[in-house]
Amino acid sequence: MVTDTANRLRSQAEDSVNLRRKLNRSLRMQKVRALLLIAPLLIFILISFLFPIADMLFRSVENKIVSQVLPRTVASLQSWDPANSDLPNEATFRSIYADLAIAVEQRRNTRVGTRLNYESPGIASLFRKVKRGMTKIDVSSFINFFNDLDSNFRDSEWLAREFSEPELAKLLPFSASALEYWRVENPEGGQPDSYLYVSLAVELISASKAELGELERPIADFLVKAQEQLPRLDHVNLRDAFLEIDRKWGEPTVWRTIKMYSSTLTTGYLLNSIDMKKGLDGPEFRDDSERLYIKIFIRTLVMSLTITLCSLLLGYPVAYFLAHQPLRRANLYLILVLLPFWTSLLVRTSAWKVLLQQEGVINDFMVVLRIIDDSGRLIMINNQFGTIVAMTHILLPFMILPLFSVMKTIPESYVRAAKSLGASSWTAFRRIYFPQTMAGIGAGSVLVFILAIGYYITPELVGGTKGTFISNRIAYHISSSLNWGLAAALASLLFGAVLVLYWVYDRIVGIDNVKLG
Amino acid sequence: MPIDANTGFVRFEGVQKTYDGKVLVVKDLNLSIGKGEFLTMLGPSGSGKTTCLLMLAGFETATHGEILVDGKPINNIPPHKRGIGMVFQNYALFPHMTVAENLAFPLDVRSVGRDERDAKVKRALDMVQMGGFESRRPLQLSGGQQQRIALARALVFEPDLVLMDEPLGALDKQLREHMQFEIKHLHERLGVTVVYVTHDQTEALTMSDRVAVFDDGRIQQLAAPDHLYEMPENSFVAQFIGENNTLMGIVEELSEDVASVRLDGGEIVSAVPVNVGAVGERTRVSVRPERVELDERKLPSGAHTIAAEVQEFIYMGDIFRTRLKVAGNEDFIVKSRNASNQTRLSPGEKIKIGWLPEDCRALDA
Ligand SMILES: Nc1ncnc2c1ncn2[C@@H]1O[C@H](COP(=O)(O)OP(=O)(O)OP(=O)(O)O)[C@@H](O)[C@H]1O
Ligand SMILES: [Mg+2]
Repeated sequence: MVTDTANRLRSQAEDSVNLRRKLNRSLRMQKVRALLLIAPLLIFILISFLFPIADMLFRSVENKIVSQVLPRTVASLQSWDPANSDLPNEATFRSIYADLAIAVEQRRNTRVGTRLNYESPGIASLFRKVKRGMTKIDVSSFINFFNDLDSNFRDSEWLAREFSEPELAKLLPFSASALEYWRVENPEGGQPDSYLYVSLAVELISASKAELGELERPIADFLVKAQEQLPRLDHVNLRDAFLEIDRKWGEPTVWRTIKMYSSTLTTGYLLNSIDMKKGLDGPEFRDDSERLYIKIFIRTLVMSLTITLCSLLLGYPVAYFLAHQPLRRANLYLILVLLPFWTSLLVRTSAWKVLLQQEGVINDFMVVLRIIDDSGRLIMINNQFGTIVAMTHILLPFMILPLFSVMKTIPESYVRAAKSLGASSWTAFRRIYFPQTMAGIGAGSVLVFILAIGYYITPELVGGTKGTFISNRIAYHISSSLNWGLAAALASLLFGAVLVLYWVYDRIVGIDNVKLG
Repeated sequence: MPIDANTGFVRFEGVQKTYDGKVLVVKDLNLSIGKGEFLTMLGPSGSGKTTCLLMLAGFETATHGEILVDGKPINNIPPHKRGIGMVFQNYALFPHMTVAENLAFPLDVRSVGRDERDAKVKRALDMVQMGGFESRRPLQLSGGQQQRIALARALVFEPDLVLMDEPLGALDKQLREHMQFEIKHLHERLGVTVVYVTHDQTEALTMSDRVAVFDDGRIQQLAAPDHLYEMPENSFVAQFIGENNTLMGIVEELSEDVASVRLDGGEIVSAVPVNVGAVGERTRVSVRPERVELDERKLPSGAHTIAAEVQEFIYMGDIFRTRLKVAGNEDFIVKSRNASNQTRLSPGEKIKIGWLPEDCRALDA
């Protein structure tokens, strides 16, 4: 009897374990199936949406170009104190000579110039000019110095054999990379270009003599000897040569900019997009005359909120009207609401131009009706007013649709109940109907606001200078100034701002209360 | 309860209603409801019951005629000033408010003071045995609980008149029966006038003082439940209320209180003439299934007998249900109590059944 019960209990326990396993398996199958169903979309979004966004976000802090193009200069500037008003030493000028000689061949001198120009206007021309200027700099002393040491230094093949020793490449990395670059460009061999010798001369200054001596290669002795005889090159003055190309090379700001923006990741773009810049003691605000973006950000925000509010005020009654029509008629009216989508956005925006401009329909009409004087025609376009009017019109359907779909689901019996309980029409609306449309108001507002804050075409066409949005600046930096880093930084900030607003909204209204359909 | 048409608390006088200008949904409604009465509007779907209720509550206007409450015409009074409590079919509890807020709503809009309001809300909740649910939301309540709250909300501001539109329609059978009694008891206790709409005849019969049977926009009969069941005035009411056997025939002879009808099968039966024309016209003779006796020997004297053939015998526990073929009608039902001496018939048996002439009514064809 007792064992019977025990057996039964045990088999029950086993059953329940089995059952759970079966359940898990069937749930897993369901999950896999669900995943397979959404896989195509997921992959599409991943490739066409998430990766580009991630890339864009990364671009706002990415800054490889300086350290890639000017590696020797960057290394050499490490010992230079930017707070000092002295110029960097001769070694730095020799480094930048080697860097720029390679950069000119690679046609990268202007790119690094452009990058640095974002931070300190005027640098771009400096880097453009070196292409011609460098040919005038006499560096034959460096070539002769090494050739006099040993004729093998003329032979790139021999040098390559020597540098294939990993210890040497580690000791003189910049020279190794210069040689390697030259050999790739000149596969037929021969005597390397001057930048290799300048690079060697710079690197030998700081190389450890002991380690050089330990190398078990023929070149070791020559390098030790070269290091001892380096003072023979002291008479060469590349600094003056650079100053002769452009006096600006003698300004510490140039060198400060190079040093400050030499790391591979930078906050420069992001600082720039909130009107700040890197100073000697951390970030600082730009001069008033250079400030721009905070103002535009605030303008974008305020105008988007205004547009959202306007579409709510205009859309709510329309949605209410639609929701209280018989279904057939409501569908017809809904098509009318959606009708604007059938014409191009450009056409709609241009139509507003025709209506609102000073010689436009509305002004003409008011002049005819003598509401305004012919000389006092109103300026309603190419300013904030124009942008708000046109965008409210364009985004209105996005407010009406969610409102309508929420209102449609509210049975009439609620308002009737409220009235039968003694509430006047207004009280019934305010206390019973309106709270139940909050979900629609939330959805419509989020939709319109998020669309508005990133809007581009309409403000571009009717915004003039005072009514443009941050996205217009982003577009400008992407297509005109080609400062993609700054564009990315501005976009990231916009993205961040929207996320913050979304979070605030969630805290106040609750995102579960948002109903789109 | 005799109601004088001139002193009725609620009066419909010649009310008509059309929604589309073509079809009259309510045709010439005349109805007087006494103070404290429980009146039910019963009728098939689409017969205009809700429309009548909405007109009374003020959500629809009568196309013609007048509605008076307490002697005053209310056609031009907006709904919120009528002071009529209403329970909706889907309860219409405000989903964004708690139970207590729902109940407080009618008091708030009447600017009732806080303490009085809270006391009334509590009393109303206790009345429907829902104390302790104050802070729940309507969606967190079961159907029956929501129903009670809706009831409490319609009563909390102490209206003289409460309208209920199929308030129990969404509940299961057991709960519905339970709630029927609760509503009935509340009505007796509070003495309010109730106009109740349903299409469930059992509900109408068990709860009401009087029942108005609607069909096709007209009141077909207005009477107390027992009267309605036992003395239907036309064949629609006879068939709509309870089960009924009908046999078609032609009036042979007609006097004050008896009509001889020749059935289509040839037999002649006597019936109480209720709604018949002249001699020679067609009529519908109706007999309730439980008033028919299957055993000829148990019939009292003066009863009719008629030949019948058993079609089907159904055992239903407390009763037996026998389907017979009588005078050409194959759906003649007889209900008999499950008693120890009750005959159990089998299909194909040929028997004689009978009923008393006063249980048999001659109605319109
Ligand atoms: N708002 C309306 N517009 C047009 N016709 C309507 C409207 N409301 C009701 N009707 C019509 O009026 C008639 C009566 O409707 P009503 O709602 O009064 O019926 P009911 O007796 O309450 O039916 P049920 O038992 O199904 O609730 C129906 O034919 C219906 O189609
Ligand atoms: Mg109805």
